[in-house]
Amino acid sequence: MSELTLFLIRIAYLAILWIFVLSAISVVRSDMFGARAPSAPAPEKRPRSQKASKPGKPGKPAKPPKQRRGSPTQLAVTEGSNSGIVVPLAEAPILIGRGTDAAIRLDDDYVSTRHARVAQSGDQWFVEDLGSTNGTYIGSVRITQPTTITLGTQVRIGKTILELKK
Amino acid sequence: MAESSSLLGFVHRRRRGAELFLLVLALAVGLGGYVAVGIGVEGTVPADYVGYGLWLAGLMVAAHVAVRLVAPYADPVLLPVVAALNGLGLAVIQRLDFDLDTALARRQLGWMTIGVVLFVVTLVAIRDHRVLSRFTYTSGLAAIVLLITPQLPIIGNEVNGARIWVQVGPINFQPGEIAKVLLVITFAGYLQLHRDALALAGRRVLFVDLPRGRDLGPILGMWAVSLGILVVQRDLGSSLLFFGLFLVMLYVSTERPGWLVVGGGLFVVGAFLGYQAFGHVQTRFNTWLHPFDYYDGDLGANSYQLVEGMFGMAWGGLIGRGFGQGDPTRIPEVESDFIMAAIGEELGLTAVLAVLVLYGLIVERALRAALISRDDFGKLMAVGLGTIFALQVFVVIGGVTRLIPLTGLTTSFLSYGGSSLVMSWVIVALLLRISDQARRPLPDLAQVEEPDADEESTQVIKL
Repeated sequence: MSELTLFLIRIAYLAILWIFVLSAISVVRSDMFGARAPSAPAPEKRPRSQKASKPGKPGKPAKPPKQRRGSPTQLAVTEGSNSGIVVPLAEAPILIGRGTDAAIRLDDDYVSTRHARVAQSGDQWFVEDLGSTNGTYIGSVRITQPTTITLGTQVRIGKTILELKK
Repeated sequence: MAESSSLLGFVHRRRRGAELFLLVLALAVGLGGYVAVGIGVEGTVPADYVGYGLWLAGLMVAAHVAVRLVAPYADPVLLPVVAALNGLGLAVIQRLDFDLDTALARRQLGWMTIGVVLFVVTLVAIRDHRVLSRFTYTSGLAAIVLLITPQLPIIGNEVNGARIWVQVGPINFQPGEIAKVLLVITFAGYLQLHRDALALAGRRVLFVDLPRGRDLGPILGMWAVSLGILVVQRDLGSSLLFFGLFLVMLYVSTERPGWLVVGGGLFVVGAFLGYQAFGHVQTRFNTWLHPFDYYDGDLGANSYQLVEGMFGMAWGGLIGRGFGQGDPTRIPEVESDFIMAAIGEELGLTAVLAVLVLYGLIVERALRAALISRDDFGKLMAVGLGTIFALQVFVVIGGVTRLIPLTGLTTSFLSYGGSSLVMSWVIVALLLRISDQARRPLPDLAQVEEPDADEESTQVIKL
């Protein structure tokens, strides 16, 4: 191997290294500024919202994608004065509160009329606080945004604890 | 509540295509290095470069497909950067193999395969990183047990004077590498619950708000035990890592700069006491300040390794000698602690800076995941895991380039060593999981809800 070839190989390898570094940085850059406005995903969500907005249509059983084994099927109240209430998740979104329209009615002084909601997105379950007075907690953390919950995650509302069950 | 998602400003894209593109470039870095080593050392393209390239590509594709399937919104830069660093490390170790007459690169490739398998397993098994917060105390206990195991009579194993290894059958590994990830989980889980109490309750002593003992006690105890074990084991690098990790996570969770002052003071005191008490700490300081005076000293008390590394990097200069044209094996332990010196010698400052930028990117992406993460546990964990990389790179490369006294730690992904490589891949999997959760757009739950006429009047608008 001539000296020149080795030199060229060395330079070429350093060039590859830096091309990689600069491409990675440019991806970081576009990741920062190239984010999509939230209005864009609306069209793809459209079919689902149409289906949901049709009143009384039995479109709901078809809506959940295939049920994976081990995925939750029930929402249960495990602690508090209403302990024992179990609601099947097929009725999602499930409204929790003291009001009469709530799917899970809690006789708990610390619960708001429309307190929180449990709903599905993809194969994940979310709990969302509906602007309640005393807040919805996962563990000891008060949630401010829709938060994923899994089997056994304890959601605390007032003095009541709810869990997803199989 | 649809307003809450639009207030966030934007939705992250998945960017899996960008990740694949970067992975192809990372493969070029790894395979190009392997071919360049073959040409530089033996004068011919290595015969098995197709098989080697296919193996590397297979590992990258496996990792990429796993990310695509189970963490579609994960950070697009992290995996390629890690793959490129690992590929570069493999090439450099392969080059050292020719002179050392060993087969370390083959074994390192095996470790990388195990690392990628564990990477996939971690991503698949841990669908939500918050599950880990249930194991706060369990993982703390496990970390301490793991740190003690090298001291046990049968399985404990001493290599090069450091009793930090465990041998189970044919597998020899460093439990400390696993312990540092477990400690991050412990710190994050504990601080998530107690950060408010730590930050607000307590009294003020000399500009510093000291928290109450019952808030700080458990975590301080756990940390002191693990640090004590490391000091007894004389593992300076790991002690420094754990100390810095604890300090950074405490600072981030409480938002009190006072912790840095207290921690810095404690570090100075500890370093001074260590200097007085331990002979090997004095040696490290002396060889750092006056390396050329100790070039020919007694074994273990000389600066031969450090000085040879500096010779190598000086000889390499700006663009290096080229693969095979340098003499990096003059440096003892060049394949593990001093791999940066070998890169500096044969690829020059240009490559060393590229590697440093890549490490910077890893840390940046970890902190970015922490910033956009929606839960405290994820934030703290991402900060902790990023800090592990940052501290390790600073301690090792700072030591090799004589910025700070030399302490032994591995350069993640680059240097030879199974436990470190495998656990680094697991850390990256955890970071990807956190960033996947953080970047995933919030579900539009409002659309599913039936519109309620009464709701309009009682709606709470949050700004």
